[in-house]
Amino acid sequence: MSRLAVPKTYKLYIGGAFPRSESGRTYEITSAKGAFLANAAKASRKDARDAVVAARAAVSGWSGATAYNRGQVLYRIAELLEGRREQFVAEIVDVEGASAAKATAQVDAAIDRWVWYAGWADKYAQVVGNANPVAGPYFNISVPEPSGVVAIVAPQDSSLLGLVSVVAPALVAGNTVVVVASQRLPLSAISLSEVLATSDVPKGVVNVLTGSPAEITPWLASHADVNGLDLAGAGDLDWVDLQIAAADTLKRVLAPEEVGQSLGRITAFTETKTVWHTKGLI
Amino acid sequence: MTFLDYAPAPESQAVLHLRDEYGLFIGGEFRAGGGTPFASINPATEKQIAMIAHANEADVDAAVAAARKAYTTTWSKLSGSDRGKYLFRIARLLQERARELAVAESLDNGKPIKESRDVDVPLVAAWFFYYAGWADKLDHVGLGASPAPRGVAAQVIPWNFPLLMLAWKIAPALAAGNTVVLKPAETTSLTALLFAEIVQQADLPPGVVNIITGAGDSGVPLVGHPDVDIVAFTGSTPVGRAIAKSTAGTRKKVILELGGKAANIVFDDAPIDQAIEGIVNGIFFNQGHVCCAGSRLLVQESVHDEVVDRLKARLSTLRLGDPLDKNTDIGAINSAAQLERIRTLSDVGEAEGAERWTAACEIPANGFWFAPTIFDNVSTSHRIAREEIFGPVLSVLTFRTPAEAIAKANNTPYGLSAGIWTDKGSRILAVADQLRAGVIWANTFNRFDPSSPFGGYKESGYGREGGRHGIAAYLQGATK
Repeated sequence: MSRLAVPKTYKLYIGGAFPRSESGRTYEITSAKGAFLANAAKASRKDARDAVVAARAAVSGWSGATAYNRGQVLYRIAELLEGRREQFVAEIVDVEGASAAKATAQVDAAIDRWVWYAGWADKYAQVVGNANPVAGPYFNISVPEPSGVVAIVAPQDSSLLGLVSVVAPALVAGNTVVVVASQRLPLSAISLSEVLATSDVPKGVVNVLTGSPAEITPWLASHADVNGLDLAGAGDLDWVDLQIAAADTLKRVLAPEEVGQSLGRITAFTETKTVWHTKGLI
Repeated sequence: MTFLDYAPAPESQAVLHLRDEYGLFIGGEFRAGGGTPFASINPATEKQIAMIAHANEADVDAAVAAARKAYTTTWSKLSGSDRGKYLFRIARLLQERARELAVAESLDNGKPIKESRDVDVPLVAAWFFYYAGWADKLDHVGLGASPAPRGVAAQVIPWNFPLLMLAWKIAPALAAGNTVVLKPAETTSLTALLFAEIVQQADLPPGVVNIITGAGDSGVPLVGHPDVDIVAFTGSTPVGRAIAKSTAGTRKKVILELGGKAANIVFDDAPIDQAIEGIVNGIFFNQGHVCCAGSRLLVQESVHDEVVDRLKARLSTLRLGDPLDKNTDIGAINSAAQLERIRTLSDVGEAEGAERWTAACEIPANGFWFAPTIFDNVSTSHRIAREEIFGPVLSVLTFRTPAEAIAKANNTPYGLSAGIWTDKGSRILAVADQLRAGVIWANTFNRFDPSSPFGGYKESGYGREGGRHGIAAYLQGATK
């Protein structure tokens, strides 16, 4: 007789905890063939706001950590993902209906992308910063800093790789993140949250909402305590309205697009700070 | 006769040869506009300087079409070194006509000639020299090999530094290989039109630079034009917000340099003489018509009385009056509308309980003037501590600890600039790290340089002008 499996309850990830939606709502996640897989939490406006509060609270700690430390913490996520490869592959096979080979390729690419971004943490400032030769007795230097809280709509057609491709670059600079997972493919997002919760990423640095991006994202786009909006996975939403809502607080916005890996995705949510230091007379 | 009395030393206007009326500069030639022309007046006398053409939508179409044609047929095909040579030519012509441009700027804007002569115009030339050299070195901007220009840039600039803002916009755009349509503010079109003459003298291919004049009704169709690839705007946060909304969904590259409410933080160990001069320069430079002005003075409690007393003494020596007089420190407010806004907010400051002090100086009979004013005992909730006044009005707040100074400095939706005054280097570094602002001056204020990126955090906008960052914005990066 085969053993009866113990299925997982998929919940939200907010402020380092795994709450259900305060609304009590869930929605069914099905396999590619339509079979029931799980009930995911359907996040509400209040969940989104709670997530922003948690993300804001985490900004000073995460952005204040040394770049070396952030790089190590991000690299450790890749290590933990590596140890859970089989779980992610199984979830992707189930929910996407992908072959094991394709699912494995996606997980491997996602892990490798974490490693790529982790390595940028203590280098990108050297590449995009500057010492500026101003005409005067000043030491003038430009350095990038994180924008703050970044709200992200994850690519909707990818379980893990799409999610990693938008979350990792935002974290590199020291931003904290509220990410709306793929509506249809959210299982990897919650499993990734479990990885984050057991790694050294401080609570609130990444917050994961599952549910309807069309319902949740407007509240994030208009939220005055959100500094950046990545609409990578919002191509099928009324994303122009979201960009218009974001303009009220002049958020930095990335329009929907195919997401790869680039330094540009790191710098998209950074600010250049230029400091003029007066040189004294000797 | 006191030591403050002085003989007038007006700069000669003989160097200026203005026309009675100016057209739009489209496709390398001046032409009449479709709208009703308007007068540009001297804010110090309220007398008319010249009639300025008013661009309507058809004119905007024509200007964008000229820019597109120039982009496709000539400018994008030129080598970087040839683009650079054109920009070097412009830089030299600007230097050669520097005195004329300074006089025109002071006449039209109201700023003291010593500022237009020693700050604005030299920086304008420096900006073109700096970006001229970038034109054939785009591989080194940091976007990978051979980054492509974006196309046609729509550029809308404010009235506070008319020619300097033109240089900030046009120089990097052209160096990167774009063509431009630029609209100056309606009260300060003059130097942009003189610049158009320089463009002709430099023999720039027609349509690479187009200047259209007019008010918001000329700017809106320009920003919204479907054949525009870049929108660069410097001005108020409300207009910047409207531009961000109107360009949403278009995938136009948008660069916004908006308002500010900078904190100028003075610690008790600050070099006090330099700090007083820096505070004065921070808020009274250009009549306070400066988006990065140090309009909130945060002074450590223990030195508050000394700083405020010395500030008042220093302000009492400032000379307000004829912008063309070489002795003048404070010129005219640029327009009646701006003067009204400064008056309104200052009245609100008094009504909300802050202590008002105004320098005793004679106000000329005609023109728009506002004497240097300090509000003491301002609290963070006062409107004069939150809203951009854009005039010669300083709000004074106090703090006890560095942490309190940082919290108060960051307590604003703006994030353009900030100042730190202290003798302690390690404190400068620590405080600068914590301030959420794009430009920070330590033991100085209001310094600008073409090699130094300038731009804001938060609701002060996005994108940077100046330096390597400034040209990167006008190029297509390898992204995503």
